[in-house]
Amino acid sequence: MRARRGGLGLGIATLYMSVIVLIPLAAIVAKAFSQGIGTFFDSVTTSEVLTSLAVTLVVSLVVAAIGAVMGTLVAWVLVRDQFPGKRLLGAVIDLPFALPTIVAGLTLIALYGPRSPFGVHLAFTRGAVLVALLFVTLPFVVRAVQPVLIELDKEVEEAAMSLGASNTTTLRRIVLPALRPAIVAGAALAFARAIGEFGALVLIAGKVQIASIIIFADVENDSPQAAASLSVVLLVVALLVLLLIRRVGARGAH
Amino acid sequence: MRISRPATLSLRTVALLYLGVLLLLPLGVVFARTFEHGFGVAWGWMTTPAAVSAFWLTLLMAAIAVPLNTIFGVGCALVLVRGKTRGRKILDSLIDLPFVVSPVIVGLALILVYGQSGWFGNWFQQHGIRIIYAPTGMILATIFVSLPFVVREVAPVLMEVGDEQEQAAATLGASPWQTFWRVTLPSIRWGVAYGVVLTTARALGEIGAVLIVSSNVAGSTLTLPLLVYQRDAQIGSQSITGAYAAATELIVLSLVVLVAMSVLGSRRSVAR
Repeated sequence: MRARRGGLGLGIATLYMSVIVLIPLAAIVAKAFSQGIGTFFDSVTTSEVLTSLAVTLVVSLVVAAIGAVMGTLVAWVLVRDQFPGKRLLGAVIDLPFALPTIVAGLTLIALYGPRSPFGVHLAFTRGAVLVALLFVTLPFVVRAVQPVLIELDKEVEEAAMSLGASNTTTLRRIVLPALRPAIVAGAALAFARAIGEFGALVLIAGKVQIASIIIFADVENDSPQAAASLSVVLLVVALLVLLLIRRVGARGAH
Repeated sequence: MRISRPATLSLRTVALLYLGVLLLLPLGVVFARTFEHGFGVAWGWMTTPAAVSAFWLTLLMAAIAVPLNTIFGVGCALVLVRGKTRGRKILDSLIDLPFVVSPVIVGLALILVYGQSGWFGNWFQQHGIRIIYAPTGMILATIFVSLPFVVREVAPVLMEVGDEQEQAAATLGASPWQTFWRVTLPSIRWGVAYGVVLTTARALGEIGAVLIVSSNVAGSTLTLPLLVYQRDAQIGSQSITGAYAAATELIVLSLVVLVAMSVLGSRRSVAR
């Protein structure tokens, strides 16, 4: 059925992708280099842009690292532990996917802003940016690790234990290696999401220089060339992350 | 692994605390802030003309973007999984782009294509079609950011169910169209439904991409997330209650989405 329609279907799908995604992205690249490569280079090496890139990348790396550890831990509890309310907890994990990111930002103002009920004044600092990003990227690692953990053969673990392996050894030699592709893929997605996040940060970033907010400010100040140049840098990083995920995924499948 | 009782309990406690502090506490505080001046005040903010039109515009965005991306998603998944044409590998690797492209970049890209000095801006302007700073541009942005969900949910299910039944149907004389409606679609329906829910969630909540291409005028191009942003930015202590009120509306919408997610999610894993 599909063999004949394959060509037409592919054509239509590619056309839709082109109109919605590819042509607009091409326009970004064209704009970034519209005044020559020198101007592009100047735009992405101003101290403001370099700072924002450094802050964005470092915070995103930290987010990915914390997300990898806590996400794996949460996935473990959801799969291997039994307690009342577990199903509800499992559903709550998806909340950051369901909740609009601007609401996530607003909740952080409510919690850590000037009128914080706990006296924690985190808003408008890097700490607030970190918490906001941890919130929006929470499901990535959990949802990547969970199915692998469910499928994981308990017999291998039991064999290791019966051969005298300690818990630590079993975790290090049996469980973690099996989970590694899923953890890396989940953390990479979280990283990619973090470097581009805007909605959750726009209210609480304050003077913290975040790449996406600099782009937004450039657009508002009518300097699309600068905005497009920084966008190209972010796009390249995002593409590299996508490549990494594909390679890890391919290795995990074999 | 055999984990001792205390270790299990402490792992559970850490996970619950982490999720509680990160997810549930913030929601509680937003509800508290929304209703701190009484229910009437919050209701007042939710029923201003700006809020009501923002509510409907938000739903309209989703109502247009979700069906389009669903049709594209199912078709594209079929092409990727069942097709034999060369070039589908390239399409496959491009599908995920919207997941990793920053929303502000999406907004900027649309301006560069459809804006006044954009690639096609002149043409559209001559024909009296306004895209940027109008709902059309906001819809394009919403379609962009929510594009991959259905494909990514449906493709693995298609791969899992295999094509034996489809071939059997074809052998028995079913047309491709019949085979799709009677065999393929029923076997992937939970995957499609889950993808639709994810698409809806993203479409309802998008801000970055939409903010850039919206004129942010109440009554015409203001969605609920934009209303939250605008009311938060207004000086004066009352409008922040309005921001919380709009946020509460969005939270209620997303809780509905979340319930659908968990119901469909378990259905989907049973079906697999």
